[in-house]
Amino acid sequence: MQGFASEFNHALSLILNGDAELWAIVLLSLQVSIFAVLISAVIGMPVGAALAVARFPGRRALIILVNALMGFPPVVVGLLVYLMLSRSGPLGVLELLYTPTAMIIAQVVLVTPIMAALTRQVIEMLAEEYSEQLRSLGVSRLASVPVLLWDARLALVTALLAGFGRAIAEVGAVIIVGGNINHVTRVMTTTIALETSKGNLALALALGVILIGLAITVNAMVSALTLRAEREGLRHA
Amino acid sequence: MRDVVTGTPGILEVSNLSITRDGKTLLEVPHLCLDGPGPTLILGPNGAGKSLLLRCLHGLIQPDRGRVCQNGVVLNADHKARQAMVFQSPVLLRRSVAANLDFVLKRQSMPRILRKQRIDALLAEGGLDGKAGQPARSLSGGEAQRLAILRALALEPETLFLDEPTSALDPSATQMIERMVLRASARGVRIVMVTHDIGQARRLASDIVMMQAGHVVEHGIAQKVLNEPESDDSRRYLAGGLVT
Amino acid sequence: MIPDFIRASVLAIGLTTGIGWAEEPFIIVQSTTSTQNSGLLDYILPGFEAETGIDVRVVAVGTGQAIRNSVNGDGDVLLVHAKPAEEQFVADGWGVKRFDVMYNDFVLVGPKSDPAKIKGGSDIVAALAAVASSEAPFASRGDDSGTHKAEMRHWGATGIDPTGASGTWYREAGAGMGATLNVASGMGAYILTDRATWLSFGNRGDLEILVEGDPRLFNQYGVTLVNPEKHPGVRASAGQRFIDWLIGPDGQAAIASYMLDGQQLFFPNAK
Repeated sequence: MQGFASEFNHALSLILNGDAELWAIVLLSLQVSIFAVLISAVIGMPVGAALAVARFPGRRALIILVNALMGFPPVVVGLLVYLMLSRSGPLGVLELLYTPTAMIIAQVVLVTPIMAALTRQVIEMLAEEYSEQLRSLGVSRLASVPVLLWDARLALVTALLAGFGRAIAEVGAVIIVGGNINHVTRVMTTTIALETSKGNLALALALGVILIGLAITVNAMVSALTLRAEREGLRHA
Repeated sequence: MRDVVTGTPGILEVSNLSITRDGKTLLEVPHLCLDGPGPTLILGPNGAGKSLLLRCLHGLIQPDRGRVCQNGVVLNADHKARQAMVFQSPVLLRRSVAANLDFVLKRQSMPRILRKQRIDALLAEGGLDGKAGQPARSLSGGEAQRLAILRALALEPETLFLDEPTSALDPSATQMIERMVLRASARGVRIVMVTHDIGQARRLASDIVMMQAGHVVEHGIAQKVLNEPESDDSRRYLAGGLVT
Repeated sequence: MIPDFIRASVLAIGLTTGIGWAEEPFIIVQSTTSTQNSGLLDYILPGFEAETGIDVRVVAVGTGQAIRNSVNGDGDVLLVHAKPAEEQFVADGWGVKRFDVMYNDFVLVGPKSDPAKIKGGSDIVAALAAVASSEAPFASRGDDSGTHKAEMRHWGATGIDPTGASGTWYREAGAGMGATLNVASGMGAYILTDRATWLSFGNRGDLEILVEGDPRLFNQYGVTLVNPEKHPGVRASAGQRFIDWLIGPDGQAAIASYMLDGQQLFFPNAK
């Protein structure tokens, strides 16, 4: 481990001095994960709200399925997306494998169940509380969905941040479908994996520090939101 | 429909109403007719079926048997749109005080400028002026219930149902709400209010429905029911005895 | 807060439009971790890219996976080091033609304490046999990579089947070269590695080279164009240009000039 401290200092100075290559990697990570989380929200939140509000046969089974999908191993997701996007797969003609789009797709598959499950939970609790009042006001079940989504907005932003945390920290899926190609699909986690395999533990750790910094930022945002919610009495009982 | 001649809400009539759960009769009302301007107070101990009856009148619960009619017509969506209800614990949207009122006004497709004026008038009516921008869920218990009543009044209902709106409030908060209820009544809104507080019934009621164990045991003019109750159950309840 | 959040999202989408969906011509090369981790490709590729304007995108995985990915058509050029498997790849019709590119060599690395007493030898088979009989820890890739295939060939020559001892002194990492070197470094194990990865590896700990120079340790790299008749999407002409460059004078000279710690890592030998 001799020289570790100096190597680590070197890595930190790369970060602090805004090393262009390093920040390009960080930026790509953010772009891919933010995009993926937004798409997941657009798909997952209405699905979650529908599961919370609608009543149809098979609803319970669907909820169990969505909850189970939350724990889907990223490597398996990566493999499935790879098989879809491979030139010998059904979507091969789209030529998406080894592009940032492929990584976004993999992260969407990973994060959408989280969005749907958390949304379902939040909306179901709120719907229970609002149900009689909204019916009394003549709001139909369908029309109640946007009301519930809006009133659950703080909890949903929390869900969004949780999804982002999962997406940005994920390595197994994006390394398979992205290929960890330099300047094209190399993100923070795949760089960490690569530098670790090169034995450059200090640089890997320095990138880890950025990831932890992001995680802390995200969690600080969540806790600030929660605090605000408590102050305003917006907390769901 | 509002009665064209008198300007008062029409006759609300219940016939052969019954609700059973797990073989237990929760509500059994062969006949009840609310034809006065009110306020009508539904009085009785906990578990008497007061809230259940109120929900049937508002169409929130479909009875197992029987029906609710307004002016001889089975309660329909038009009737329900002219009713409003205030619940025991106010369910306020997680928005500002003004936005809670705006929510129902918007649903009536009221233009923005009118909505603004109406909200100001309502807030003044409920003594909530200056709280328009405050998050509704940060209001005190009394303020929250007043906002819930204002929101119900924003619908300009013919009939306003209130389910023990003051049961969790202190006397001064209760007094403010009772005044709001009386003012609404004076403007011609028919009030149907559930309470187990005999004093409240005495202060507000024009007529009283006494309930006991899922049955209406007595319905009549407040003075008469309170001072010369006909049924034993009423007598015992009004005497302050524990009716079980 | 909410408008802020929406603004941030819009901003993010705006940024995302800048994501590198570069439209310049590119090829995908399925290659091994050794070529990438040693820094060779980062060193030679800019020359080719400047000359042709073709961007070379390298997916660095184990040789086994690189070949499987190429069978699926998910690469235009295969650059790996497992000659029999590459020849099988061409024979099965997945590749057009295989060319020798260069070689480097494997070295047997182990702890300075050297419990199997093999230091200084140049007979890989004898050294492995000594490790087996001493039952000192040995870390294997165990991932069907080119290096793993080479290691298994040498074990075969000793007549010992180390997988029988899997989990005791013989540890199969099931990981890439670097990850397995990290394992070996952590537990003070012997390990067979390519010299290039070893020289560029930063976490050597107590490990050093113990056996080298056996001709059987030479590690031949070959390059093959993925067959466009099997996968019409293959960028055949750009891929062929890369191969022609790699086995031509410019590519060969670039390979020869790559040094790490003053040592030449790869020796061009295209015919």
